[in-house]
Amino acid sequence: MNYKDITLPLSKVDARSLRAGEACRLTGPLFTLRDAGHQRLLEELGKSTVLPYGLSGQLIFYAGPTPEKAGRPFGAIGPTTASRMDFATPTLLSRGLTGTIGKGVRSEEVRQACIDYSSVYFVATGGAAALLAQHVESCETLAYDDLGTEALRKITVRDFPVFVGIDTLGQCIYSLDE
Amino acid sequence: MKVVSSNTVADALLLYIPRLATILPHDVFDELVAARDRETHERARIVLDQLVKNAQIADADRVPICQDTGSVWVCLEVGPDVAINGNVFSKVDDAVGDAYRNAKLRKSMVHDALFDRTNTETNAPAFCEIHFSPTPGVARLHIMLKGGGSDNASRVVMLTPNAGKQGVIDTVLQCVKEKAANACPPLVVGVGVGSTFDKVGGMAKRALMRPLNKPTEDPQVRAFEQELLEAINATGIGAGALGGDTTALGVRVATAPCHIAALPVAVNMGCSAMRRVTVEL
Repeated sequence: MNYKDITLPLSKVDARSLRAGEACRLTGPLFTLRDAGHQRLLEELGKSTVLPYGLSGQLIFYAGPTPEKAGRPFGAIGPTTASRMDFATPTLLSRGLTGTIGKGVRSEEVRQACIDYSSVYFVATGGAAALLAQHVESCETLAYDDLGTEALRKITVRDFPVFVGIDTLGQCIYSLDE
Repeated sequence: MKVVSSNTVADALLLYIPRLATILPHDVFDELVAARDRETHERARIVLDQLVKNAQIADADRVPICQDTGSVWVCLEVGPDVAINGNVFSKVDDAVGDAYRNAKLRKSMVHDALFDRTNTETNAPAFCEIHFSPTPGVARLHIMLKGGGSDNASRVVMLTPNAGKQGVIDTVLQCVKEKAANACPPLVVGVGVGSTFDKVGGMAKRALMRPLNKPTEDPQVRAFEQELLEAINATGIGAGALGGDTTALGVRVATAPCHIAALPVAVNMGCSAMRRVTVEL
């Protein structure tokens, strides 16, 4: 299978060119955030239309990494179950987030939001966190440091392997008829 | 008389938690390699190849196999002639804190599920239990690092007796179909059948301790495990739930007596990073 090389931040043109099931390699910035961080972000966002922390146009990677090790920013980092963040995703996509990375099936609301806002949900391999950590070059904590592993972090990845989970047409990798 | 003390338990945890977090048990690794080598589905082959390489990287660099380094489960099993020296789990939480800090593992525990979801910062408390074995001389410690995603994909169902064997099969398959994508397949599926509501979940969890490379002794149980494994793999859910030949690496079933009105069933999902060890004390 050929990988599509994608430079981040993901442009809307690139987003629309992707199809569910395609393998991609991502290079550029990602933002890590998960359960408790999403509750904080929604509270902070309130009715504002502008995403804080430079999240506009970016991808959130649902991940809670382990501490730095072996000369890398994290010993291990991998996707957590994305459906736990379904409550927040349509709102964040409507305010300008371009997409998300996680594992597992999303809600119908998230699938519809991917169509409405030309957004993409990528899936990474759950349990491949030592391998994925080799593709992370740098890390900076932006907010919610008190949440420990659940803090908001900006990381830089190189050739980070993912599949297109839900494309901008709403097609889903878990229900492809092949 | 053999005596198990709190220091014995704590020392075992200090030694084995870092190993478990970074070295995939051989039986699981061998099954992953075999699954990769026979996989016919392209995306699943990529996923399985990533998982095999992942285990090799984690082992070589001593980094965690998965970023979710789990909650800690400790089960002490002792025979009739082994003495337990008071609260043998009194030093467990300190040992867990030391092991997670020193090995740079993730702290994933909050103080209270409902009223205080702040992180304990130590990965304590561990979940501890004692089981009594009828076999003289037995003194062993079972340790499991259990990921949150796979545990969330687990369930307990109270079937009626007439649901029978087919009811158990349907329950397991329904759980796999609904939840496998969240549980990081290929799975190791633990199934408990019998006892009572509160016990059956523990049976399913302890079933996950049984190695994949050692055939189950009871021929009835062995045949049922094989039947379930074939049914799970026939779903085609596959590695990473992206479609493929291997949805589960193995199924382990434990059965027990139960009330005439009951047929309790528990499914405890184990992910591809099935991190557990049994230590002879």
